[in-house]
Amino acid sequence: MNLDSKIPEGPIEQKWSKHKLSLPLVNPANKRKFKIIVVGTGLAGASAAATLSELGYQVEAFAFQDSPRRAHSIAAQGGINAAKNYQNDGDSVRRLAYDTVKGGDYRSREANVYRLAEVSVNIIDQCVAQGVPFAREYGGHLANRSFGGAQVSRTFYARGQTGQQLLLGAYQALEKQVNAGGVKMHSRHEMLDLVIIGGHARGIVTRDMVTGKIESWAADAVVLATGGYGNVFYLSTNAKGCNVTATWRAAKKGAGFANPCYTQIHPTCIPQAGDYQSKLTLMSESLRNDGRVWVPKKAGDTRAPGQIPEDERDYYLERKYPSFGNLAPRDISSRAAKQVCDEGRGVGPGGRGVYLDFADAIKRVGKKVISERYGNLFDMYTTITGEDPYTVPMRIYPAVHYTMGGLWVDYNLMSNVPGLHVIGEANFSDHGANRLGASALMQGLADGYFVLPYTIGAYLATAKQPKVTTDHPEFKKAVDDVRARITKLLNVKGKRTVDSFHRELGMLLWNKCGMARTEAGLKELLVEIPKLREEFWRNVNVPGSADSLNQALEKAGRVADFLEFAELLVMDALDRNESCGGHFREEHQYEDGEAKRNDAEYQHVSVWEWKGEGQAPVRHKEPLVFETFKPSIRSYK
Amino acid sequence: MSDKKMKLKLHVWRQASKDAPGAMKEYVVEDVSPHMSFLEMMDTLNEQLLNKGEEPVAFDHDCREGICGMCSMVINGIPHGGHRGVTACQLHMRHFKDGDEIFVEPWRARAFPVLRDLVVDRQAFDRIIAAGGYVSVNTGGAPDANALPIPKKEADLAMDAAACIGCGACVAACKNASAMLFVAAKASHLNHLPQGQPERYDRVKKMAAQMDAEGFGTCSNLSQCEAVCPKEISVRVIAEFNRDLLKAQGK
Repeated sequence: MNLDSKIPEGPIEQKWSKHKLSLPLVNPANKRKFKIIVVGTGLAGASAAATLSELGYQVEAFAFQDSPRRAHSIAAQGGINAAKNYQNDGDSVRRLAYDTVKGGDYRSREANVYRLAEVSVNIIDQCVAQGVPFAREYGGHLANRSFGGAQVSRTFYARGQTGQQLLLGAYQALEKQVNAGGVKMHSRHEMLDLVIIGGHARGIVTRDMVTGKIESWAADAVVLATGGYGNVFYLSTNAKGCNVTATWRAAKKGAGFANPCYTQIHPTCIPQAGDYQSKLTLMSESLRNDGRVWVPKKAGDTRAPGQIPEDERDYYLERKYPSFGNLAPRDISSRAAKQVCDEGRGVGPGGRGVYLDFADAIKRVGKKVISERYGNLFDMYTTITGEDPYTVPMRIYPAVHYTMGGLWVDYNLMSNVPGLHVIGEANFSDHGANRLGASALMQGLADGYFVLPYTIGAYLATAKQPKVTTDHPEFKKAVDDVRARITKLLNVKGKRTVDSFHRELGMLLWNKCGMARTEAGLKELLVEIPKLREEFWRNVNVPGSADSLNQALEKAGRVADFLEFAELLVMDALDRNESCGGHFREEHQYEDGEAKRNDAEYQHVSVWEWKGEGQAPVRHKEPLVFETFKPSIRSYK
Repeated sequence: MSDKKMKLKLHVWRQASKDAPGAMKEYVVEDVSPHMSFLEMMDTLNEQLLNKGEEPVAFDHDCREGICGMCSMVINGIPHGGHRGVTACQLHMRHFKDGDEIFVEPWRARAFPVLRDLVVDRQAFDRIIAAGGYVSVNTGGAPDANALPIPKKEADLAMDAAACIGCGACVAACKNASAMLFVAAKASHLNHLPQGQPERYDRVKKMAAQMDAEGFGTCSNLSQCEAVCPKEISVRVIAEFNRDLLKAQGK
């Protein structure tokens, strides 16, 4: 497997500008001769599809939802980071890059991160030009707030709906190009396979989710912007449709899967209320700007929160991390919450919860200001729980939220399969072992608006591949494979529902490969997951037909892929015999419970190569070199 | 709050495909917890149907936190079920009681054909946006974001309108199946910002024309749309839209 990261030479500040100058270009008149497939039209996909079309390429875009505006990017609440330094508080590109590299526990590629910080400023300009209604101060200038892992205010926001507004900006740009004839949009189409010809990615196979029609599409390059795989845990803050299918299909066709064990558990979600639950709801990290996290000092204290006097409360984040306090990064806050609950000090039903208390903030700035800042989040909390956070502290608990792992890409965002580009959450490069808040939106838009449009041109200018059509035997073969798989799923006619398998898989992973992982637990999973997968193919019940709108069939295909992918995730967690960021191996911790990295042996990206059914995948390494930000113990104390 | 499990009688619209005839079908669903969301209650029904070897009820849903706009059910005659500011996915079963009878139907509008059961085709909304619901700016070359201050009041009005999730409840609630609230909300979002001014009048004309072409009805100013809008978008955007449309005629 060729894992040349293609990081440009030179000082980190100049890498991207020099690289842009050195990239071969496609003449404007020749761009229209190239067709690019973009799968997924969330922030990364929509911004890429729109921009590529503006440049003159022909774009075919695909989404499984009924409209690009539904992609799960829409649910991001709190904000987007950018090194604008509008607050004059000492922010800079370098500081944002440093915070992100440190936040990722020195497991990301620093050249990519620096570039991300560099283009972050362009993103805000672009979005404002599109009419994204960011929050503003009375003077008419843009407002900022703080997010975890940072000591400056660099987060731009649109109430609690930042993801929605940024996605609508990208969606509108995309629809503008649809209107101009540059993008053909295929909604309710799910990608089920990748087609490789002559070693290059040349197309995809899709299923029309309304008619069931299997179709293939040929192009000069393929871009995957299909998001993360958090739903492998069944319960997560992801939308129900989020899945690993597109990236997993690509992995099975030869694309390396990087760091699958890096999953982010978000500290502030509404705790699970029952077994029927279908998803968990996030309460934005921005709430920790004003909310204070605490639990009773005494284990088993069942008094109502208002009855617990100040000196019997443990504001554990403020106590353990005085310099970052309630804004400690996500992995650290999540583990701290788990720790106090494990000690029996958790609150609410089942003792799996901690308080997020706004009483002090309301006393300080008044209910009106708090309502202006977080009104919609408070309303959402009330809708779900029936409790009023203005008078009773919120109860929160960590939940799976984001996946830092993804398909391996080089500096040009191209995977090891030439022509296959991967952007947004679907790739692995920028967040290392832990993503900081308000950085996912930044990365999705950076990749889509400002990085891929440059780098994909260089590929197209140099690849010199012959034109292909869907008559090519590789397309026929992929279509046959997809059909055979669907038929197989429908023909099992077993007794268990798809959801019951998915729930069981999720429970296994959450218990043994969630916030804390051990060698013994992971080894058990490597027995239990294949067993569950075997039962799935013997006993799943998928009713209905292949040629109609069949939601049970859609789910079955995705869960079948999760059942394969989960095993790889666990193998990676077992192989990475250290703790870093969100990957916490109980064997490797300092006395105070902080994650203990092992840079000597694990300062690398683990890239997994699929070797075929029944074969063990092979782990390759891309060493991580830190020229600028020297790895140190990550402390937020 | 009581944790007592409920037993409900549901009447659900079943329709095999776009061209097949549909009908209301009766189901009894048991073990409904008051903490469930309405969609989790539907999941429970579907698990029961699957275990009996029947095909589950198809319904659109995705984020289940009230922001993606995918869920679309008329519950007891009201889109999203009639709780102010709440989508079907955020409607919780604590608002129902044991023994209740609940009617669940798809959005009904000529421009939103039913694809199956409760799933409808809302691509007409995308085509309306494509007709002009944007600022025509390409990527690159934007001026510094703070170069043009925008009064907070205007930015807030833009944001109020931009909160629209494109679910289509406004259309489903309207006796004319008008899309005015959706269309006017997008126009209002952009027209309250300086970036939206150059195309302001052209935009309203193009969006209105596309809305008509899609087969949505006209607005009778009954404000049912506002009453069901899960983002509580005010009909003031419709007044603004009509005013701009009138001005646009002379331009």
